[in-house]
Amino acid sequence: MNNNQQTIERVKAGLQRRRASEKRFRLYGQVSIMTGLLALLILLVSIVSAGYGGFFQTMLVLDVRLDAEVIDPAGQRERDVLLQADYGLLLKQSLYGMFPEVTDRQEKRQLSAFISSGATQSLRDVVLEDPGLVGQTVHIEVEAGSAVDAVYRGDVDRNATQSDRSVNDRQLQWIDHLLDEKRVLQRFNRHFFTSGDSRNPEQAGILGAMAGSFFTIVVTVFLALPVGIAAAIYLEEFSPHNRWTDFIEVNINNLAAVPSIVYGLLGLAVFINFFEMPRSSPMVGGLVLALMTLPVVIIASRSALKSVPPSIREAAFGIGASKVQMVFHHVMPLAMPGMMTGAIIGLARALGESAPLLMIGMVAFIVDVPGSAMDPSTVLPVQIYLWADSPERGFVRLTSAAILVLLGFLICMNGMAVYLRKRFEKRW
Amino acid sequence: MMHRTTGSDLHSPHEVTVGRIHSEDPRISARNVDVYYGQKHAIHHVSLDIGRNEVIAFIGPSGCGKSTFLRCINRMNDTIAGCRVTGTISLDGKMIYDEDMDVVPLRAQIGMVFQKPNPFPKSIYENVAYGLRIHGLASSKGQTEEIVETSLRRAGLWEEVKDSLHHPGTSLSGGQQQRLCIARTIAVNPEVILMDEPCSALDPIATARIEQLIDELREDYTIVIVTHSMQQAARVSQRTAYFHMGKLIEVGETGQIFTNPSHQLTEDYITGRFG
Amino acid sequence: MARVDAGQLCLLRVEFMSKSTLLLLLLLLCMATYVMGRNAAARLSQVRGQKLNSLPGYYGYYVALWCGLPSLALVVFWGAIESHVITSMVVAGLPEAIRTLPADHLGLVVNEIRNAVGHERDAVAEAAVLDAARRYAELQQISAYGLALFVALASGLGSWHAMAAIHTGLRARTRVEGAVTLMLMACSTIAIFTTIGILLSVLFESMRFFQAVRPDEFLFGLKWSPQMAIRPDQVGSTGGFGAVPLFAGTFLISAVAMAVAVPIGLMSAIYLAEYATPQQRAIGKPLLEILAGIPTVVYGFFAALTVAPYLRHLGEMAGLSVSSESALAAGLVMGIMIIPFVSSLSDDFINAVPQSLRDGAYALGATQSETIRQVVIPAALPGIVGGVLLAISRAIGETMIVVMAAGLSAHLTINPLESVTTVTTQIVTLLVGDQEFNSPKTLAAFALGLMLFLATLTLNIIALRVVRKYREQYE
Repeated sequence: MNNNQQTIERVKAGLQRRRASEKRFRLYGQVSIMTGLLALLILLVSIVSAGYGGFFQTMLVLDVRLDAEVIDPAGQRERDVLLQADYGLLLKQSLYGMFPEVTDRQEKRQLSAFISSGATQSLRDVVLEDPGLVGQTVHIEVEAGSAVDAVYRGDVDRNATQSDRSVNDRQLQWIDHLLDEKRVLQRFNRHFFTSGDSRNPEQAGILGAMAGSFFTIVVTVFLALPVGIAAAIYLEEFSPHNRWTDFIEVNINNLAAVPSIVYGLLGLAVFINFFEMPRSSPMVGGLVLALMTLPVVIIASRSALKSVPPSIREAAFGIGASKVQMVFHHVMPLAMPGMMTGAIIGLARALGESAPLLMIGMVAFIVDVPGSAMDPSTVLPVQIYLWADSPERGFVRLTSAAILVLLGFLICMNGMAVYLRKRFEKRW
Repeated sequence: MMHRTTGSDLHSPHEVTVGRIHSEDPRISARNVDVYYGQKHAIHHVSLDIGRNEVIAFIGPSGCGKSTFLRCINRMNDTIAGCRVTGTISLDGKMIYDEDMDVVPLRAQIGMVFQKPNPFPKSIYENVAYGLRIHGLASSKGQTEEIVETSLRRAGLWEEVKDSLHHPGTSLSGGQQQRLCIARTIAVNPEVILMDEPCSALDPIATARIEQLIDELREDYTIVIVTHSMQQAARVSQRTAYFHMGKLIEVGETGQIFTNPSHQLTEDYITGRFG
Repeated sequence: MARVDAGQLCLLRVEFMSKSTLLLLLLLLCMATYVMGRNAAARLSQVRGQKLNSLPGYYGYYVALWCGLPSLALVVFWGAIESHVITSMVVAGLPEAIRTLPADHLGLVVNEIRNAVGHERDAVAEAAVLDAARRYAELQQISAYGLALFVALASGLGSWHAMAAIHTGLRARTRVEGAVTLMLMACSTIAIFTTIGILLSVLFESMRFFQAVRPDEFLFGLKWSPQMAIRPDQVGSTGGFGAVPLFAGTFLISAVAMAVAVPIGLMSAIYLAEYATPQQRAIGKPLLEILAGIPTVVYGFFAALTVAPYLRHLGEMAGLSVSSESALAAGLVMGIMIIPFVSSLSDDFINAVPQSLRDGAYALGATQSETIRQVVIPAALPGIVGGVLLAISRAIGETMIVVMAAGLSAHLTINPLESVTTVTTQIVTLLVGDQEFNSPKTLAAFALGLMLFLATLTLNIIALRVVRKYREQYE
């Protein structure tokens, strides 16, 4: 009894210290989670804030006199003639008209840089649409050059000395004049979704990269899905348990953890150098990504098959189904949602993968939008990598915007996987 | 002529337990205890005293709530999400479900042995010394060794393991593991030991050893044992409580319960009509 | 001349199109033969009243398989070797002077020929090359027609054979199911072929590299400057291929990453598994796992654009010189990327620790943190160690973050504020851009790849073994 009392005293003596340590430990846990979530938040905020502007484009409102003498002196309005006309001159003339005091050659050149090189095309398109406009004055929005863009978005530090900024004092003065006249505004950046890559940030878009990603993923889906599911079915339902299947299993688990860049080396050595398939093509990219995704699909499919209770198999055998019939009529349909969930997650990873694609040359500067899986192309994540390398401010914005688009696709795919899992979740 | 309550009385809300729930020198006393698991009402209005240095057995069919009630006594139910306990349970007059009651010293006072032996994945020595370490009960290494040895001796395991104290606890046989768990519990020097079907995973010989051990431990501890085996209850306990569907049906001297039960349900269970 | 080349461009398209068209036609043919086979079997049972061994559909599949499989094998086989055969035939037809050029040089000529096939604008090439290009295109056309002919023959013969075999005693179901099982088995062996492919591709090129650079020099050399080692007359022997700085850099960045990921990941897992309410868990766990779903290129961009300048700024305030490509920035961001990897694996292993062990500790009066630290974590330790090994393997193989945020020049340092380069960065640098395939500079990438593969393979095998053992312990 006395002894008991002593024990209790001792236990109580240590209690305060132990409670404090308990609290500390709990706090470490909370801090850890908060750190992780904070990192996520900072990452997303920094990309959204940098990328939001990429979806918009700075435009210049000009009144352009479509001088018939310049466009079509012959007056025939032939398409060929209209195509060849010097629209840049018209745009410049319109701009000079607003600043009659600018006469110096060098200054004129600085002023004309306010118009992006894509603007001539926009004006041409307007004229081609309605040749009747020739001879009249049109009120038109055209893409602004990088100087106007930078000032409008506040990228230029007005307090800095002239030599420290990309826009000089004169240019700043002109731009302020344009701003006062409300001739600068922002519009949705249509180039971003309708063009391929370009050296000019105002004209660069992600259509080419999206098409490349699309072809690549299509190739991956058609290879990785059937092969992966077939392999999983064999290993889970048919294979005898022996050294050989153990070996296959070790291989699969291992391949799931091999760095992606090693798959790139494989693709380079085998598909491009040995089989001489076309470099930079989505076909090779898809093959490489398929090999990379295969272990993921197999592992996910196997666990989906495992979760189908043995009673289903016994029931099928019980009414005289053959093994193949049992698998294909009963087990596989039940395991399908689980398999698809795993497959989508694997494909989402493939869609965001870039390292192995660098190895097989999908990193080139490609302006044309690819039309098939054999055309040289790049993919969205590699496009991001390429743009991230450019020092220009405009490309930083585009990079972030492209990341947002990529994340959008990934969210959709993962959302689909979550939906599938929720919708078909079965508790046996 | 004894009055026998019938089965239909079971469904009345304030049904009284048959037999004497009180004890002259109560160590633990529970009053009107109800336990809910979420929506499920697991224990209905149980009141019971547990006396000093007695062995009391809880018997009853599976799912009758005997283990749940046992786990209320040292608040092990706290670890189960959605579990709610109402009513009062006191240990030596202190309410154990009070707001300011700390479960750490409470559990040092009320030890517990589980259905399946659960030695920690550490050495035999570390298993027994663990409680001493966390509560700071030994002031020197020598004292720790001494308490470890006494505890193992009392659990009847010393002779078998004294040369392998640093082997993992999981390397022992099932019966040895269970005795190790008992040694681990008594090393902390508790007042009450709760045993939740301690022999259900053991073979008959190991069971006999544990039963013998319980009998020896009775001198120093209050022991509450939940058991599935009526023979075991009859062998080791002085009092027996019979639970049925979350209710305490009858409690009394073990001899009386097994030879002359007062309640129809108890008799049906004892005679093997169900259970 | 330009006009001819434009025609050849069309031919190229025809060639690629024809293979997919061929496969499509083959598929249609299989469908047709399926119907034929099924109807033939059905007629047998209906008209003649005989009892079939299997359902008529299985006879259809039987015929379709005979029609499709041999032809498919033919297409795949020819597709794999076609380009080799055509190239060697074209090379054989080249003028003596070109044909006897050294192998590297000849390779360039072949490339030139192929490019001429693709691009009509390249009319600047030599006459011999253009002739060869024309010959190349011709051969491609012949190959396409020839393949189509053989496929037609094979599928025709196959279906004829199968149709002739249809009778009531034919165990069509067993045959078809046997073929299906065989195909499933073939699919499962692809994992092995992939491993072999990886091994062979890195081994083969590495051997060629080690012919030019001694292995001990590569493994233990302290100087890495592959750009300077190459001069046209002298093949890589100036000692610029010492990979130790790369290994050290990889190690440094991985160490920083693990220093971030292991404590944060492990503590998050502990909190989510042991302390969090079900609602907190339902929110916290998927949120953390978002980090795992973000592409690595995004992390690289984040490291280069946000984290590195910030660290540099912090360093300036503290009076430290922090490189703008510091190992710290890359490692930090890589650590963030790996957090969910560590936490979700640890979470699995912590949850696998049986509740009875926790109960045992609680019943002795242990507090929750004591239970976790002294019972749960030691019990889960083997699994957690396995998980951490897998995380390390991921860190050393991670590419995009280091390519975008770490340096290019090899410094041998343990100061995380300085710029270091890594194995993966160098592989990318060596292989991206113009490359001559036979220079040690390019081959070095494969030797580095071999090192990377071996290192991660070892880590993975140990980790998987540890994890597997752990799983067995509690199952």
